[in-house]
Amino acid sequence: MSQATALYDIPGPRTRQRHRAYGVLAVAVILGLLGWLVALLSTTGQFGHTKWLPFAYQGIQELLLRGLGNTLKAFALAAVLSLALGGALAAGRLSDHRAVRLPATVVVEFFRAMPVLVMIFFIFVALKVQPLPALVAGLTLYNGSVLAEVFRSGVNAVERGQKEAAFALGMRKTQVMSYVLVPQAVRAMLPAIISQLVVALKDTSLGYLITYEEFLHAGKLIASNLDYDLPFIPVVMVISPIYIGMCVLLSWFAGWVSRREQRSPKTEAVDVAAAGPGTLLPGGGPPTARRP
Amino acid sequence: MFRTTRVPLALAVLAALLATACGKEGSPPTKGPAASSLPDYQVAQDFRLPGSPTWTRAKKRGHAVVGVKEDQPYLGEKDPATGTYAGFDIEIAKMMSASLGLPPESVEFRTIASANRETALQNGQIDFYVGTYTINANRRKLVGFAGPYYLAGQSLLVRKDEKDIHGPQDLAGRRVCSAAGSTPYQRIRADYPKAVLVSYDTYSVCVDNLLTYQVDAVTTDDAILIGYAAKAPDELKVVGSPFSEEPYGIGVPHGDNALRLALDDALEARQKKNDWKKAYEATLGLSGVPAPRPPAIDRYPAS
Amino acid sequence: MNVLTDNFSTYAQGFLGTLQLTVYASVLALVLGFVMASFRVAPVAALRAVGAAWVTVLRNTPLTLLFFAVLLGLPRFGLVLPFQVFAVLALGCYTSAFICEALRAGINTVPKGQGEAARSLGMTFGQTLGLVVLPQAFRSVIPPVGSTLIALAKNSAIAGAFSVTELLGTYKTLGELGYDVVWTFVWIAVGYLVVTLAISALFNLLERTWGVAR
Repeated sequence: MSQATALYDIPGPRTRQRHRAYGVLAVAVILGLLGWLVALLSTTGQFGHTKWLPFAYQGIQELLLRGLGNTLKAFALAAVLSLALGGALAAGRLSDHRAVRLPATVVVEFFRAMPVLVMIFFIFVALKVQPLPALVAGLTLYNGSVLAEVFRSGVNAVERGQKEAAFALGMRKTQVMSYVLVPQAVRAMLPAIISQLVVALKDTSLGYLITYEEFLHAGKLIASNLDYDLPFIPVVMVISPIYIGMCVLLSWFAGWVSRREQRSPKTEAVDVAAAGPGTLLPGGGPPTARRP
Repeated sequence: MFRTTRVPLALAVLAALLATACGKEGSPPTKGPAASSLPDYQVAQDFRLPGSPTWTRAKKRGHAVVGVKEDQPYLGEKDPATGTYAGFDIEIAKMMSASLGLPPESVEFRTIASANRETALQNGQIDFYVGTYTINANRRKLVGFAGPYYLAGQSLLVRKDEKDIHGPQDLAGRRVCSAAGSTPYQRIRADYPKAVLVSYDTYSVCVDNLLTYQVDAVTTDDAILIGYAAKAPDELKVVGSPFSEEPYGIGVPHGDNALRLALDDALEARQKKNDWKKAYEATLGLSGVPAPRPPAIDRYPAS
Repeated sequence: MNVLTDNFSTYAQGFLGTLQLTVYASVLALVLGFVMASFRVAPVAALRAVGAAWVTVLRNTPLTLLFFAVLLGLPRFGLVLPFQVFAVLALGCYTSAFICEALRAGINTVPKGQGEAARSLGMTFGQTLGLVVLPQAFRSVIPPVGSTLIALAKNSAIAGAFSVTELLGTYKTLGELGYDVVWTFVWIAVGYLVVTLAISALFNLLERTWGVAR
């Protein structure tokens, strides 16, 4: 193992042999489970001709691609708007004026504590908004509030000396913020920000529940059609790799940025956040910068 | 945790997806009979309804925008491949559009979920709504109802070889499927507690379970059941007389009484001209269930 | 305002549904997460791969898609269970990936020297694990596990949209009865706040009792 834990010693020859035996056993069990799954799929007729035939038609493919396009559209809108809202709320929370700080804090804490789906349903049902704006607004309020905390903790994570030096040079607070603290904070927090965008991408699928015609909705329309033998499993097999692929790609990007920034000399005065699970999770606490 | 090799892999998957974006034309084969031809509806010439803001807006646009359902065979169903709608509700919408002087073939259909029918009418997303919309007092506070155009009622769908179920009283100990939390589900639970209830969130899954002998009956409004029966007329039948009354109306924006009464007149005229019956026979009638007598129009006073 | 008093039983039922979902799914997530975390730190490469695949796939799956696959897909295999069980399964598996990562990070915070010292004192693997590593790891995982479980409680709202009796789902029933939607949602929001604040209080207590300031 490359990253040694406190749990195990470096294995000797006999232990290595035992581990190999365990490995073979584990592989056998996994292959058995996979084989059983495939057998189950084929005995329940999930590879049947009628279930897969629809995917060969152009109209169906276009329906799916349109859905995917709508998913990406909602994601792009939500991402841009939540970054803007997050910046504004973070500025509010870092303000020297109590009258600004207090409402910003209340907004951030409230929207972080609410399930994002409750917000979306409230906007959709009670405020009678169309599906796309309702979805984008819900995602923006939630992710914007989380991002505000990310930005704020980033600014606070910059070493105190930086701020003190800048003030000593006679800079005003706005200058200290925009020339010294924010550039370093954004660099350091970039992985956490991207990880939060993965959450936004995943949560666009909530649009399915308010009849926004996104990717999953297109899948459901095909899956619940009696003419195609209700291809629920084939639909899941087609759309989940695409969803997971998009999210993995974005998560991987966050990890890559994190490793890059940790090495960068420009982030010496601040801890680079890991693209860890804490930040990936909706509703988790504010992401904490990891000590190197 | 993510190695760089994942990127080319993901790109390859994406490329493969784009490469497959070329396939057969048309739509996948469907089950159930198809009408040889759909009825033509004569467009009313020189029809004017200046008292209705909804009509004025639609006339200016040149076509009607109608809210419908997309997942009910022979009633309101969207072909996933072509995006076209078909069914009895769709025919009603087309004939109403023709009566309003708007071309029936260019009606723009929009899928509106049950939960936001009222909203869609209130904020002008659609001109009117035709989609198994039961008239009741609560909803009348929010929207106007023309019609009813069809008198549905809760009923039972069973397999053709089923001999023991003739009505809800025979359900004791049998497995009955309905949409989770729906009114039909609650009615069975309250009135026939001996039935074994199974629920899914779509009726098509219930019907599939019925065909594969996992449940013995499916229950909801008979119009919806007749539509499913038409998908497999050799295997399914609707039994017994309906045990509730669900008058289906055409939803119009609340307060637009001119449009509501115009649709009432149009429905009555279409019933007299036999267009209503032709529409039924080209859609729900394919199940073998003969056309019922259309219900009497309820022209309730404006409130 | 009287939305709550008139429909107390509906709300209570929904609240209980949310509570049950949260508790059962939390137990499942903790157990599965522990198993997967032990896979991820195991010296056997195949087990590590299983753990890594489990975490990567589930962490990058939209929960709505997982609900869709479990609630609508599994019955296709002839596996018919109550919706609530399916919901617990989906929610528990999803959250287990996050729990797994929190636990793994906790085990990795224990310095290598602790294990080496324990072994040089002649402790067996079981003793090292039970007496030295886990007690220290446990302290540092309290906050992340707490926030993961809070997220679980919030995510349980999705189950309501898939016809499971649950707090968010009550808006439909009350809407049909013609109550004011805004107040309906206010009380739903309060219900969720009660659940999340309760979890947060519980974990603060754990943190105060066993946690360490690092």
